[in-house]
Amino acid sequence: MADKENNGFLQGVKDGFPIGLGYLAVSFTLGIQCREAGLSALEATVMSLVNLTSAGEFAALAIIKAASSYLEMAVSQLIINLRYMLMSFALSQKVEPSLGVGHRLGISFGVTDEIFGISIGLKGKLRPSYSYGAMAVAIPGWTIGTLLGVVMGDVLPGSIVSALSLALYAMFIAIIMPKAKEDKHVAFACLIAMVFSALCTYAPVVRDISAGSRIIILTVLISLIAAIIWPVKDTQ
Amino acid sequence: MSGNIWIYIAVMAVVTYLIRMLPLTLLRKEIKNKTLRSFLYYVPYVTLTVMTFPAILTATGDIRTAAAGIVCALILAWKKQSLPVVAFVSCVVVFVTGLVLGLIPA
Repeated sequence: MADKENNGFLQGVKDGFPIGLGYLAVSFTLGIQCREAGLSALEATVMSLVNLTSAGEFAALAIIKAASSYLEMAVSQLIINLRYMLMSFALSQKVEPSLGVGHRLGISFGVTDEIFGISIGLKGKLRPSYSYGAMAVAIPGWTIGTLLGVVMGDVLPGSIVSALSLALYAMFIAIIMPKAKEDKHVAFACLIAMVFSALCTYAPVVRDISAGSRIIILTVLISLIAAIIWPVKDTQ
Repeated sequence: MSGNIWIYIAVMAVVTYLIRMLPLTLLRKEIKNKTLRSFLYYVPYVTLTVMTFPAILTATGDIRTAAAGIVCALILAWKKQSLPVVAFVSCVVVFVTGLVLGLIPA
């Protein structure tokens, strides 16, 4: 990590490579679920190409399956992907203030948890060429993986498909755990979220709320309460 | 299915891109409001938790294989392994548990 100051296109490709490989594997399982939700290979592939977001697409499948409204789709994406707004704010401080609108529009497309992670870790300012390098491997990985999942999902034995169904959730655990370990308020918020999510899934009456609405309502309520009880310090 | 899938995809793409694009393009100052900043700080973790639990219990079709995969994912994530490693090894554990329990014909 010594030559991070040379943060051009090739460095972005190099740092983005493990991300692209990881995306390939995870989006394969997303592709399998797209097929189960009734999407064609073309629809699933385009969805991954233009969205580039695991949690958002994953939640979208529940909404498509339930044939919920377009408004519910929009609100669910807004809430679930709200973290990208926070990352986008952080990146706005990381690029040269003089950076033109064109490049800002360009690198915005590649704001994902992982690309954000490598971008914000760079020494000095973020150059747009670095982001484009990372996107050049991450986007094909995510898109091709989805396509392969739809096309090959039913070629694989059921035992492998059912094992792969755990991949996305395991990845979410891998995102949550390090933060929960470091900040006990995040850990409490997540435990409360688990309890209420289980309650809303199984308890009478509230279990009739659709999956999309449940995610939105619980996320807003619990995050807001956590923000009021445990406001973050300025350094966070 | 009542909705058109292409419209769903278009709605998703527009909303998601706007979220990513607007702060980076328009705002060059930091957010000052403490409650809003705190809210945005908790959102990703709470939303991922709600999506993961309890759905993860039924993801593999058998609670025992799912439990093995969950324990594996928790341990690896606790040890701060990378996302692909946690995802892949947990899947392998689910598969092997299925073999051991005789759910998969050898």
